[in-house]
Amino acid sequence: MLAFNFFGATEGGLFDINATLPLMAIQVVALTYILNSLFFKPVGNVVEKREKFVSDNIIEAKNKLSEVKKLEADLLSQLQSARTEAQRIVSEAENESDKLFKEALELANNEANASKEKARLEIESQTSAARDQLSKQADDLSELIVNRLILEK
Amino acid sequence: MLPNFAALEVGQHLYWQIGNIRLHGQVFLTSWILLGALLVFISLGTKKMENDPKGLQNLLEFLWDYIRDLARTQIGEKVYRDWMPFIGTLFLFVFVSNWGGALIPWRLIKLPSGELGAPTADINTTIALALLVSLSYFYAGLSNKGWRYFEYYVHPTPIMLPFKILEDFTKPLSLSFRLFGNILADELVVGVLVFLVPLILPIPVMFLGLFTSAIQALIFATLAAYYIGEAVEEHH
Repeated sequence: MLAFNFFGATEGGLFDINATLPLMAIQVVALTYILNSLFFKPVGNVVEKREKFVSDNIIEAKNKLSEVKKLEADLLSQLQSARTEAQRIVSEAENESDKLFKEALELANNEANASKEKARLEIESQTSAARDQLSKQADDLSELIVNRLILEK
Repeated sequence: MLPNFAALEVGQHLYWQIGNIRLHGQVFLTSWILLGALLVFISLGTKKMENDPKGLQNLLEFLWDYIRDLARTQIGEKVYRDWMPFIGTLFLFVFVSNWGGALIPWRLIKLPSGELGAPTADINTTIALALLVSLSYFYAGLSNKGWRYFEYYVHPTPIMLPFKILEDFTKPLSLSFRLFGNILADELVVGVLVFLVPLILPIPVMFLGLFTSAIQALIFATLAAYYIGEAVEEHH
């Protein structure tokens, strides 16, 4: 039955302090050492090793990422310079071809002009020759007509 | 009804007489069973440690992390490593004792005198733990700061001196009596309820008891860590 026997008992009671106390203290200290070698150290080693592994990997990944970014920037600048270089070459070639075209055009124009001139001169000379011949033939004809008229009389 | 099953015995012990000294046998019996179970559990969990934790190792790592966080927040980054095993042992011991006392139907085992129960429901156990905490924080303070540890007593003003000295007595007193009172009260409440209404009604109170038990373990470990942290803290 309910036996509330707090104080005053010659033996027992709730506050009966005896050698249980120091022995329990020794037991807890021993337990601390046992748990330290059985639990805290090994688990700590594993956990901290893993934490180190993870943080190392993060650092490594960050380094790699920055390296990649650097390389990317490098490549971009290279690409940029290549692009401007290409543009320069293209414009240079365009200029060159333009110049060549203009030169060729000029040459062709000159040639055409020259041949036109030559043709004109030839036409002119032929025209004059034909005209001379024509006038000579007209003269001959007129002489012939005149002679015939004279003979008929 | 079940008088043997539901009877309450308060303040009765199973005495072991070794030479001139007397021990509370039931406290040692239950603590050995519970600590044995704890050690078996831990040995199983740490038997095959892998970098990729599975099962029991996961649980133990969670526990380790929990204790580390507790120690680190209370003691500080610098020396928490030295005290983590002690704080963790206090936590595990109190937790296992409280829950073991609440969960295992000890009453089914009959003793010639007294009854089995939570080891922390015995004043000897809690005073032993509290005194260990006191020794620990003195040792922590003295080993870390030497004689400068005693600056703590006159910090921030010398007016604090009597209060700080008084604190050295109230700390173990409150630690031991808080734990002892809570666990004993829980056992008594559950015992009385089981005695009066053996069915259903004690169950919510048992759950409350489990909750209190866990909280008390946390409080004890946190306060122990806090006292150590207070002792090693540098004042500027």
